[in-house]
Amino acid sequence: MCPKPKLYYFDGRGKMESIRWLLAAAGVEFEEEFLETRDQYEKLLQGGSLLFQQVPMVEMDGMRMVQTRAILSYIAAKYNLYGKDLKERALIDMYVGGTDDLMGLILMFPFLSAEDKEKQRALIVQKATSRYFPVYEKVLKDHGQDFLVGNNFSWADVHLLEAILMVEEKKSDVLSGFPQLQAFKARISSIPAIKKFLEPGSQRKPVPDDKFVETVRRVLCMYYDVKAN
Amino acid sequence: MSGKPRLTYLNGRGRMESIRWLLAAAGVEFEEVYLETKEQYEKLIKDGFLLFQQVPLVEIDGMKMVQTRAIMSYIAGKYNLHGKDLKERALIDMYVEGISDLMQMILMFPFSPPDAKEKNLESIKERATNRYFPVFEKVLKQHGQDFLVGNKFSWADVQLMEAILAVEEKVPAVLSGFPQLQVFKTKMSNMPTIKKFLQPGSPRKPPPDAHYVETVLKVFKK
Repeated sequence: MCPKPKLYYFDGRGKMESIRWLLAAAGVEFEEEFLETRDQYEKLLQGGSLLFQQVPMVEMDGMRMVQTRAILSYIAAKYNLYGKDLKERALIDMYVGGTDDLMGLILMFPFLSAEDKEKQRALIVQKATSRYFPVYEKVLKDHGQDFLVGNNFSWADVHLLEAILMVEEKKSDVLSGFPQLQAFKARISSIPAIKKFLEPGSQRKPVPDDKFVETVRRVLCMYYDVKAN
Repeated sequence: MSGKPRLTYLNGRGRMESIRWLLAAAGVEFEEVYLETKEQYEKLIKDGFLLFQQVPLVEIDGMKMVQTRAIMSYIAGKYNLHGKDLKERALIDMYVEGISDLMQMILMFPFSPPDAKEKNLESIKERATNRYFPVFEKVLKQHGQDFLVGNKFSWADVQLMEAILAVEEKVPAVLSGFPQLQVFKTKMSNMPTIKKFLQPGSPRKPPPDAHYVETVLKVFKK
């Protein structure tokens, strides 16, 4: 029995959530160790497990991988979610780059002041509806296929679904001008591995709350004010 | 139609510089189009060149590529600078992403307000000397090879070389505690394609100045 990947992070979304999504979509079971105290983090640091002193960290295939993008790329390639050749991979990388930038606007959201949160919410919705969603809407419309790249389920599809759901949490009707994306959302959500991940009891993490923010600040000694982008 | 990759960006480093380094290191000649006015930028968007309305843009092999990482991954893959298998690729990706975090601090530096510049410079120095350079110093010391991954020249080496020079411009003696990196820097400087790129007249761009900052704000300001 192959050892399962083990994820080291806080008990919350943050940068690890995209990795949870991708492993789940690939049908890969994984274990998690949640950082709750500063001591745990310092122990990991002293043990030399964190190459650049940061999490996410994923132990898999004999490696202690860090850097979210590197981890995701590895998983995608290993589980054939990265296209069939260099050009498909390039397309997937471009699309994932876009959804990553969009989700990046949401990453710091829980750490913002109430006033900044309102401004950021507006920015997220504006960018989603004017810069990012139109691109994927057009891609799907132009080729009429079920998946973004190469008529095959890939990392790009998983990442886009994750982004859509996250933006919808900020504005529930944000897909109203995007019929292709609505159909895409329904389609991808019904893929068995994804459907399972979307059910209660899965390892998907809830919307970050104050407790999550508190934990991150405590473990990382990150007490400075976070400003919006 | 020359068939060479065509780069569209401002006439300066920014996010395009790492791409210039990688193409140069791979021995690939390229053309450049410089954005100088808002109108040029808006026309590019209107004509559908910029997938997410952003540059860098690299036209290569019939694609209009955007997203810096996607572009570099493609170039690295195409020119055999991305390792021989998935595990080497993973290592290269980890190293590149780490260095990229450091480079991000340098990227943003010219745009920080005057009263924050000293603090930001201190952060760059601290991160380089305490978080990033020690990692690569150790990697090189442990395997004793010339290159970071798989005993072969790769994207990771190019990225590290670029970062070392960029940090040195801000913190001249930064390599003083890192003998392996000093040797690495010399070796990289002597590789023919890199040596050529480091000579005057190459496509390498100078450190960003006030004029560059001004142009960025002018072209992209809403």
